[in-house]
Amino acid sequence: MGEALNLGSGTESTIVLDIAFWVISVSTIIAGLAVVFMKDVFRAALFLVVAFLGTAGLFVLLRAEFLAVVQVIIYVGAISVLILFAILMTRDTEQGSPSNRLRYPAGGVALLFMGAAIFVSFNSEWVLLTEFLQGGVGETPGLSEATVAKVNEVYADTVPVIASLLLRDYVLAFEVVSVLLLAAVIGALALVRER
Amino acid sequence: MSLENFLLVGAILFSIGMYGAISRRSAVVVLMSLELMFTAVNITAVALSRYVLPAGLIFDPSTTSDLVTRSLLTGHVFAIFIITVGAAEVALGVAIVITLYRNRETVFVTDANQMRH
Repeated sequence: MGEALNLGSGTESTIVLDIAFWVISVSTIIAGLAVVFMKDVFRAALFLVVAFLGTAGLFVLLRAEFLAVVQVIIYVGAISVLILFAILMTRDTEQGSPSNRLRYPAGGVALLFMGAAIFVSFNSEWVLLTEFLQGGVGETPGLSEATVAKVNEVYADTVPVIASLLLRDYVLAFEVVSVLLLAAVIGALALVRER
Repeated sequence: MSLENFLLVGAILFSIGMYGAISRRSAVVVLMSLELMFTAVNITAVALSRYVLPAGLIFDPSTTSDLVTRSLLTGHVFAIFIITVGAAEVALGVAIVITLYRNRETVFVTDANQMRH
């Protein structure tokens, strides 16, 4: 039990973590709504930064600190700046962000999808890690002590584990993604080149 | 704070992004909505990886092999790939928006109809 508590922040819900979770999620969702509904595109892009930062906060709550840092560097640092530059270069801000003919069907589809996703996530029988750390469910045995120690070890320092996943288990996808990035950069350069 | 809460946030964010991507005319706002959808998927992937027991540990609950226990972080690797693809997508998207603006003086996807016969 003492071992399992190391996994603590994230699985045990303490009141502080709960408050942090709800504050971060509500502000992320409000920022997401602002991105879509804001008239001023430039301000919408600034709210996109807030939404990305909120996502980084959620990653920290999920014990994915490495991903939180990656999120801040790539999304907040690079992608938002790229989008802001796109807005500045196209001088689009005064035209606002009108919707097209599909406004109401799109709302219906999005609400339907949200309902379906929420229904599925609240009605599925998830096989939870926490239950197995604390001695199994029904006749299924829980994890052995050595395995629990191993699990805690994985979460104590995630970066080497992610590295071996990337460079051993998923090395083919890793290489393909690097080729994809190269192709995207060359394609973007070719598209915007002055002729 | 439980798995369902994180899935709820992911579902809401994804739906907001979906609505924006379908209903907005400005290509930049469509791009931003797509990014919202990417991050929602990332939240869902990491939350599932955090809370759900990997199949390898169900089959062998007393294993200590690295090969099995590192599958606990598969969702993180998926999120990294999604972030990479999202970055590539935004680079290309911004390039296309700028080319469109240069040629047609507009960023509205409804006006981008050069390929209509």
